[in-house]
Amino acid sequence: MAYIELKQINAGYVKGSPILKDFKLEVERGELVSLLGPSGCGKTTTLRTISGFISPEKGQVIIDGKDVTNLPPNKRNIGLVFQTYALFPHLSVYENVAYGLKRRKVAKEIIKEKVNNILELVSLTGFEERLPANLSGGQRQRVALARSLVIEPDLLLLDEPLSNLDAKLRDEMRAELSRVQHQLGITMIYVTHDQIEALSLSSKIIVLNEGNIEQMGTPKEIYEKPATRFVAKFVGFDNELKAKFIKVNDANEVFVEVSNTTIMIDREQHFDVKSLKKGQSVSLFFRPDDTIISNMKNETSLAAKLNYANYQGNNSSFALTFEETEIRAIAPNVELQNSREIYFSIPSDKIIIEK
Amino acid sequence: MKKSKFLIFIVALVLVFLIGPFIVIILSSFNETAVMRFPPQGFSLKWYEKVFSIDMFRETFWISLKVGIAATFTALVIGIPVAYANVRYKYKGKNFVELIFSSPAIIPGLVIGFALLRFFIYVAHVPITLGLYLGHTAILFPYTVRVVSASLRNFDLSVEEAAVSLGSNPLGAFFRVVFPNIQAGVAAAFILAFITSFNNVPLSLFLTGPGVSTLPIQMLVYMEYYYDPTISALSSLIIILTIIIVQSAEKVLGISKYM
Repeated sequence: MAYIELKQINAGYVKGSPILKDFKLEVERGELVSLLGPSGCGKTTTLRTISGFISPEKGQVIIDGKDVTNLPPNKRNIGLVFQTYALFPHLSVYENVAYGLKRRKVAKEIIKEKVNNILELVSLTGFEERLPANLSGGQRQRVALARSLVIEPDLLLLDEPLSNLDAKLRDEMRAELSRVQHQLGITMIYVTHDQIEALSLSSKIIVLNEGNIEQMGTPKEIYEKPATRFVAKFVGFDNELKAKFIKVNDANEVFVEVSNTTIMIDREQHFDVKSLKKGQSVSLFFRPDDTIISNMKNETSLAAKLNYANYQGNNSSFALTFEETEIRAIAPNVELQNSREIYFSIPSDKIIIEK
Repeated sequence: MKKSKFLIFIVALVLVFLIGPFIVIILSSFNETAVMRFPPQGFSLKWYEKVFSIDMFRETFWISLKVGIAATFTALVIGIPVAYANVRYKYKGKNFVELIFSSPAIIPGLVIGFALLRFFIYVAHVPITLGLYLGHTAILFPYTVRVVSASLRNFDLSVEEAAVSLGSNPLGAFFRVVFPNIQAGVAAAFILAFITSFNNVPLSLFLTGPGVSTLPIQMLVYMEYYYDPTISALSSLIIILTIIIVQSAEKVLGISKYM
């Protein structure tokens, strides 16, 4: 049995129109699971259902074998880390961290010891007497983390905890979160809309769209074998080409036709390519930075119109139009003749097929 | 630069009409003659002495103070939970509750005064002081509910949820985390409501009665009989007292952003 289970949950903010419908989720003990998706996809709703701030209209929330569906949030022993840090502005760092222990009526000496230990873990020793207003964004988020960890929660929920930080701090905090998670072995559910964050932190990623799970898998699986059109687009397979399936050979190499040019695809797909029928239309997805740009035609390249090329040092960012579809490419600079005619091709192992 | 000259003119006009009367009152309180005159003639503090020698002013000052504090306090004790519920929750009849608690600011004070007079005196037989207190409490709700609502809206809901997730029940989270952070707003509401009660004339006009009056009503009564600078002196004292209260609250709590 999984450590955390959501069973047939209907939940949302307006009664009768739930964001999550018949929602199921399982998280194993010690995992760091990311809920990844655009805003409005239901990731925060899922988190609030687990933490108890939303009562589901239907279904069960089970933590460690106990049904907590009707347990109020203050009785659930779940740590929360918010995007806005949500520190108590009138309390010092020490008092912020000690808050949960005081509510649990822990003895003063033990509180002191635990708070000091956890502040050391997040490298904030010496900041005990500061007020949150006198801390930097990164320090605030570390206080928030310490505050939620010190109560030794059964589960830590993080709602876009890094999105208010600048890029450099975000990297640091990501490493810190990773380290803390390994050190304490605590189960974490991490909500984000940033695929890089999800890829670098998680042991498992769940991609959500409109309250449904699109795909669940390891970061590698999600990034390399997106199972749906939505996930493909979300992890950067921005370009889409319409094609006709021709055949598949014994080596599982797939041949498709795009406007009279035959393209070979040699990549493991998330479905059995043998199930495709001759003449069936498919979509090909590929990433802008896998696209090859050339000013010379060859057998497998496709001719397109260049809209613009944006010089970026080593590379240029190209925008092309191919049969009314926009294709984006990030590729080494190409000597452009005066014509707007340009050719692009995609390596055979970089294309994913959607039915 | 025509435009800026015009602007300066308008601003000057506004200042003259806003602050001018206060200056006239303060200066005329130092008159030596027994008639209110501007510009004042001579210089004397005798009208200030007279303010303190008139018993009715002293008595009604204490009544105004007591009614003001009691009504403000009550309006806060009821107004804070109402503000909290309206900011945090969606519930059936929310619009109605909002309307009820803001109606005293919409309905003219004379109408409320007359309605309450009919009800308190002829129907419920409420003692005068109690009637004053209840009436003032009612007209202060719009101020307490609105000002406290504003400061609650500025307070991040996540902070409260953080407290709950750490083990506080909702009431505990309110007193330990929310209240300490809306204190300035509550203080602003207190001052605004108290001043409103202390200055009120239309409602008190109906609800005061034999032997029980408030300071503004007493001032009106006095002016009907004597037109001397005593009223100027008393008004000056009230102006100065108000400025001191508001200024010190601003220094300590920074209340101006909630007013």
